Amino acid sequence: MLSVLIDRQWLWLAAGFYLAGFALGTLALLREHRQSRALMYVLIAAGYALQTIGLWLRGQVEHGCPLGNTFEIFQFTAWSATTLFLVIGATFRLSLLGYFTSTLMAVLTLVSLSIPSWDATRRANVFGGNPWIEFHAALALFSYGVFALLALTSLLFLLRNYSLKHKRLGGWFSFLPSIIDLDHISLRLLAAGVVLLTASLAVGSVWWLRDPPGSVHAILVTITVWAAYTLALGLRLRGVLIAQRFAWVCAALFAMALISTEMVGHDKHPVPAVRAISNQP
Amino acid sequence: MSAAGGNFFHLGASHHTAPLALREKLALTPEKTALLGARIGATGGLREWAVLSTCNRVEFYGVAGTPADIDRLQAEFCALLECSPSDFAGAARRTFGLEALRHLLAVATGIDSQMLGETEIFGQVKDAYADAQRRGTAGPVLNRAFQKTFQAAKFVRTHTAITEGQVSVASVAVDLALKIFGELRTVRVLLLGAGEIGEKTARAFQSRGSETLTIASRRLERSMELAQALAAAALPFEHAPGRLAEFDIVLCATAAPGVILTHDAVATAMRRRPARPLFFIDLALPRDVEPEVAKLPNVFLYNLDDLAKIAEENRAARETEMAHAQAMVAEKAGALWPRMEQLCGGGAAGGGQWSKTAHTPG
Repeated sequence: MLSVLIDRQWLWLAAGFYLAGFALGTLALLREHRQSRALMYVLIAAGYALQTIGLWLRGQVEHGCPLGNTFEIFQFTAWSATTLFLVIGATFRLSLLGYFTSTLMAVLTLVSLSIPSWDATRRANVFGGNPWIEFHAALALFSYGVFALLALTSLLFLLRNYSLKHKRLGGWFSFLPSIIDLDHISLRLLAAGVVLLTASLAVGSVWWLRDPPGSVHAILVTITVWAAYTLALGLRLRGVLIAQRFAWVCAALFAMALISTEMVGHDKHPVPAVRAISNQP
Repeated sequence: MSAAGGNFFHLGASHHTAPLALREKLALTPEKTALLGARIGATGGLREWAVLSTCNRVEFYGVAGTPADIDRLQAEFCALLECSPSDFAGAARRTFGLEALRHLLAVATGIDSQMLGETEIFGQVKDAYADAQRRGTAGPVLNRAFQKTFQAAKFVRTHTAITEGQVSVASVAVDLALKIFGELRTVRVLLLGAGEIGEKTARAFQSRGSETLTIASRRLERSMELAQALAAAALPFEHAPGRLAEFDIVLCATAAPGVILTHDAVATAMRRRPARPLFFIDLALPRDVEPEVAKLPNVFLYNLDDLAKIAEENRAARETEMAHAQAMVAEKAGALWPRMEQLCGGGAAGGGQWSKTAHTPG
């Protein structure tokens, strides 16, 4: 049943749902209408389900977590962020978070699908057959998903802060969540992301010590990202990095993390990417 | 409640036609409403009736067999309130049938209110209907009229922006605080000055859930007096600047001739609570808070002009929605009326004796 379409086709369909969420939200904002949170949630959940199928099919073919090239890393990061949104969106009910999530997911998935070279090759034997290294990588990318959502709540914070400081409260600014709600959720996301990334590094370091990897690129990049986020968390907790500065740093750090995935995704010995095959003729 | 021919009517005076002095005379207490009910019952004629009495209007809705029944109601009402019939007649309006229904819908929606789009009236209309049910004066026509009115009013409020944005300075201040703090239960409010506008704004915060209010005025006895009235705490005025860090919202409404809260004082307070926003609402003239304070991170400053401008923008936005809301009300009333006309027993179709709209006979 699931192999009616190949993995990339499922992922295109998922991107279509994320794009529909973006289009619906944009239309509501242009009309200055309150968005239907339930409809947005359903669209994102549908996109998430389709993306899960696409990634699962790819994982079946590759016998592991699909994290072998930039395309897969972008897709997995988007999937992780959506997983978290589906929990947070239902719990915290932050208005506009669904719209911004669907927008970011549409961008991440469509960009990755539109650049064929990102999926032309993948690193050979990514995890060396070691499930702990695979777990480390999946955990690290899941934390990137958390940081993606943190970047969105930070963006919402910046917009809300701008609207209050500049006394522009009408139109779609009126739909933004409160400063305190955004600050609280951002702090929790940052703490959760740092914990996940720390756990990922802890798992990875055990195996790196036993069996040092050939390339230290990925390790250095991950440690740099971890150090930057941990520092941001420390400064925020000490009250040094607050308000819009904190939000700017969180948004910038995610951009940095996203760029760093390109470095992690490269390998000196790539092999052609394998795709799930359709049953259709 | 017979189903013999009758017509749905509205009779009343509102802020549109009656000055405040007259509206004060026309206010109906529950006791007087009960007395009026007894008198109307004794005279007969009205098949159903309900009365809506607020600070801005007193209006009867009901089903009358003939216009003379409404004249009797008016006479009993004026006699009970010792109001000159000619004064009431000069300010009152009568509408019948579809127009009366359209009026009821407009009232319940808030588009006939003095403060356009206010939502309190909806609850007041509900209370009027509940009273009529308790008295046993609501029959099939009023039941349908009110129940459908509540549905229609909710629909209009949901599908237009007629109730969006606050239109009074105090409500705008509360609305802004919600945009910063999300909810007001746990925020700590400091009121500087114990004048009328400060008190009104503090009350607005309390009515929206704020539980911790402290008052600091130059006259400590006045602070304590107001604190007692508002179930708040009092603080010596000279201690307030040094204790700013303990509060989340500062309502400034003193009559001081110059600035009370300087940039340095607020910056010092923020160093003790950097991650939590501090919201200043400066209602004083001249201003109590130095404008440079607004440049501090996590500090938000709004003065009287800012609040008045937002209130005015909201009012203008509501007015632009007025035509849209009126069209919806007319459509809903038009759809509801045929069934109500049947329930009335077709009296409205009887012709000449019911004029569509009338000022009442004196």
